[in-house]
Amino acid sequence: MSAMTTLAATDPSLVMSVPEQILFWTVGAIVVLAAFALLFSKRAVVTACAIVLVMVGLCFLYFALQAPFLGVAQLVVYTGAIMMLFVFVLMLVGVDISDSFIETIRGQRPLGVLFGLGLLACLSGAVLKSTMPPVQGIPQDPEMSNPSVLAEILFTNYPFTLEITGCLLIIAALGAVIMTHRVRLTKRVTQGEIAAIRLRDGMRLTPPPAPGNYARHNAADIPAVDAAGQVIEDSVPTVLRMRGQVHRLKGVAQDLLPDEVPPARRPDAVPPSGDIPAVSETPQQLAAEAEAQGRKPETGEGEVKP
Amino acid sequence: MTVSAYLILASVLFTIGATTVLVRRNAIIVFMGIELMLNAANLAFLAFARMWGDPTGQLAAFFVMVVAAAEVVVGLAIIVSLFRTRRTVSVDDENLMRH
Repeated sequence: MSAMTTLAATDPSLVMSVPEQILFWTVGAIVVLAAFALLFSKRAVVTACAIVLVMVGLCFLYFALQAPFLGVAQLVVYTGAIMMLFVFVLMLVGVDISDSFIETIRGQRPLGVLFGLGLLACLSGAVLKSTMPPVQGIPQDPEMSNPSVLAEILFTNYPFTLEITGCLLIIAALGAVIMTHRVRLTKRVTQGEIAAIRLRDGMRLTPPPAPGNYARHNAADIPAVDAAGQVIEDSVPTVLRMRGQVHRLKGVAQDLLPDEVPPARRPDAVPPSGDIPAVSETPQQLAAEAEAQGRKPETGEGEVKP
Repeated sequence: MTVSAYLILASVLFTIGATTVLVRRNAIIVFMGIELMLNAANLAFLAFARMWGDPTGQLAAFFVMVVAAAEVVVGLAIIVSLFRTRRTVSVDDENLMRH
């Protein structure tokens, strides 16, 4: 930071020093190339990243122009706050939103480009044709750093402007809050009312069981297994169930399938079928299960107890 | 090479920003074009401040920056509320005022 300011300070004359020229051409090329993303990039996120690059490049140029305070403010305010706000809004609006290149007003795009070229010709013509005074450079005072100089001018000459700017910032913040505030159209449903509705309609009172399979698989698409080895379908999020993306137990935890358990590991007291409901995979298994349950529906509980 | 090279760069950036506002349809990208124009103006301010040896130009750039922050807050709030009502951020589809 100090090296760059002294680099610029050593050259208060008309001509830029060679290091400053190198800095200018390098950063200038990067900045202009990145700025072209505004015109040619289809995706808004890419554009936002390119504009961040532009802002950082401009921060370097501000340092070269003997304005270190503004350089830091540029970095903090633009890249840190404003562009991050842009990215937040992009996330709110939808990251994959892309610009349509369909012309609604005929010939508007060529006209816009033509206007841009004309503007560039006018501006650069005005800059090149006008007579500039010899460059004096910001006076460097070893006693006063750049922020102190700016603060002295600000609080001596422009205190009223500063206050108006403060008002503007407060009004802008309030305006943003009011504009993004959503008026509630329906009555707010409280937690107690939801519980009452669930009780009345016989819905599930507790949260649904967590997915996963005894912590062997950490994905949300594996149904949990209850103590009896039964697959709990409700443990998988509804969205995955609707999409048919639920993994079967067979694929991830082979040994948890009661039917796959070797006979030696089964308690002898438990009859081979009926009491531990098998994980139903095939219609045959389903039929066998139903048959077993149908044969002794009421004895299931009694047999396990002793 | 004088400081006017910075002015040329500023006018190039301002032109890119202005053309973006004219050509692009996505309201957020249009907004970024406005930001680029403000930055180009800041660059010109700083170049002139160095040319005249007067830090007041830097102060002007500082005020531009503050106002840009306020403007971005309000503008993005408008975009968000428009998106909520119309489900689009394309400036072509925003014709609420017409009907």
